Amino acid sequence: MARTLVLGVIGADVHAVGNQILNYAFQDAGFHVVNLGVMVSQEEFIEAAVESAADAIIVSSLYGHGELDCQGFREKCDEAGLKGILLYVGGNIVVGKQPFEEVEQRFLKMGFDRVFGPGTPPEAGIRALNEDLSGDRRCGRSC
Amino acid sequence: MRPVLLIDFGSTYTKLTAVDLETPSILGSAQAFTTADSDISIGLNKAMSILEHSCGAIDYQAKLACSSAAGGLKMVVCGLVPALTGKAAQLAAFGAGAKVIRTFAYRLTSEDIDEIRQAEPDILLLTGGTDGGNSENIIANAQALSCDGGSYPIIIAGNRSAGRDCTKALEGSGHPVFLAPNVMPEMNRLNAGPVQEMIRDLFLKRIVRAKGMSSVSEVLDGILMPTPSAVLEALTLLSEGTERTRGLGELIAVDLGGATTDVYSIARGDPSNPNVFLRGLPEPHAKRTVEGDIGMRYSARGVIQAVGAERLANIASVPAPAIMDAAEAFRSDPSKLPETREEQDVDRALAIGALYCALARHAGTLERVYTPIGPVDQQTGKDLTRTELMLLTGGALIYAPDLTGIVNIALSMQDPTALTPRHVKALCDSRYTLSAMGLLSGVDRETALRLMLEQFGKEGAYGAVQ
Repeated sequence: MARTLVLGVIGADVHAVGNQILNYAFQDAGFHVVNLGVMVSQEEFIEAAVESAADAIIVSSLYGHGELDCQGFREKCDEAGLKGILLYVGGNIVVGKQPFEEVEQRFLKMGFDRVFGPGTPPEAGIRALNEDLSGDRRCGRSC
Repeated sequence: MRPVLLIDFGSTYTKLTAVDLETPSILGSAQAFTTADSDISIGLNKAMSILEHSCGAIDYQAKLACSSAAGGLKMVVCGLVPALTGKAAQLAAFGAGAKVIRTFAYRLTSEDIDEIRQAEPDILLLTGGTDGGNSENIIANAQALSCDGGSYPIIIAGNRSAGRDCTKALEGSGHPVFLAPNVMPEMNRLNAGPVQEMIRDLFLKRIVRAKGMSSVSEVLDGILMPTPSAVLEALTLLSEGTERTRGLGELIAVDLGGATTDVYSIARGDPSNPNVFLRGLPEPHAKRTVEGDIGMRYSARGVIQAVGAERLANIASVPAPAIMDAAEAFRSDPSKLPETREEQDVDRALAIGALYCALARHAGTLERVYTPIGPVDQQTGKDLTRTELMLLTGGALIYAPDLTGIVNIALSMQDPTALTPRHVKALCDSRYTLSAMGLLSGVDRETALRLMLEQFGKEGAYGAVQ
């Protein structure tokens, strides 16, 4: 059965183009995509993931405020019973130009399983999903 | 003459409307107290004899009825996430004319099960999960309900992958089980139609009998639907029209009762401004909500709680304690009519407060979010700001000397973020025609529409569509 992804652009971010590209790319790769579009709150991601029994939540952000928007996301997932759900974040997720390794570390520490920098092609995300969701493992972290 | 009798067994009054389909015209109407506690046919016969007195003995071709007597159609709904399948289930039940006594989300606890058993719903609607989505929750809830010892029917309308497991879990319990398509088959898509049809079917076949109404259903051609469902049918017809006759367009209706307030909107509710983002579950074109804590008598206290005593006191130009006292008096004696000047002022203020509150809860809201690219407006629910027609019914409104004043104050009190109508033409359904016409629409839509237009039609709206 196709794996279900919840996809959206977090916070007050209205950048819709990248979201549509990812939507098509993931569908094309055989995923069942629940696309929430732009301006999605943490709660909306989580509620959609609960109803659709999603295997992963893919968070996009372009406007530089991603770090603020993503704080506490993992904890809220845990609280909502989505313990161990695969969490990806990608885009232009911090303010200004910062070394990507540092940014990645910060988001990994927040509980995201994978962090993608600006300019990542959709194929990289698809590859990562296929890896993380292979076999019986429904989620990226040990659950 | 082709006479038809339309009956509305209300919680307080049994209302009759006799219609001649040939002319077509309303022959007469009559009402008597509903006698649901003893034998409902006593009240019906009394109303019949009053009607006969005014328009003579008539041999009716058909007798159709709707009912909200004996507590109406009481439903409990269960969803998974409150804002998603919980909301979808609630909207579906309201639209089918039910009184939703309780909405549950996530797993039902043993306390919840006890509460449901005590509430004795007429129907329980069990939902949860999009198709192919979460199935554990709905199955666990079906298992929990299977051993509660109750015998009320359960409609399962959740994740289709879980349907069979739920049915199996409830096998052997006292509950008759009915499987319906999912109320939310995919994220943010409401699919209320099939469930509503099933609710209506169950109401017709089982609930009416269970409520001791079989004595009348033999002489009638059936109690077809719950009263609110008939009202919703009538309003939809009045709004949309038929192929031959144009309707009145988008409209809102409010039934301000003693215990509850029903609000209906027949409107798309799309954002007035194309730059507004729409979020949340899209709501139905014909939407009904019920405010259980807002009413003129039993729920007078709820109005004060929601609006504030000070604010109501200002409207009524009385001191705040007077509002509390009057509300208490109305609550303890629901049949009380306002007599003194002060009581009349308080009654009017309560009506304004109830209308204000029920409209605000029914309509959507607009929220402004400041983003790096500037302010962005987000809409949740329906935008009714451009709806210009409002139908009103309920004792406090139909006897009000300044209905327009009441409506205008209730609208002007709204928050700027509330997407309630800005200006409306207020019309009064003083003869409770709507439920009768909803019933009639099942027999003859054209006649039902024309009779309603005669009563509510504004000039120019009544005419054939070219």
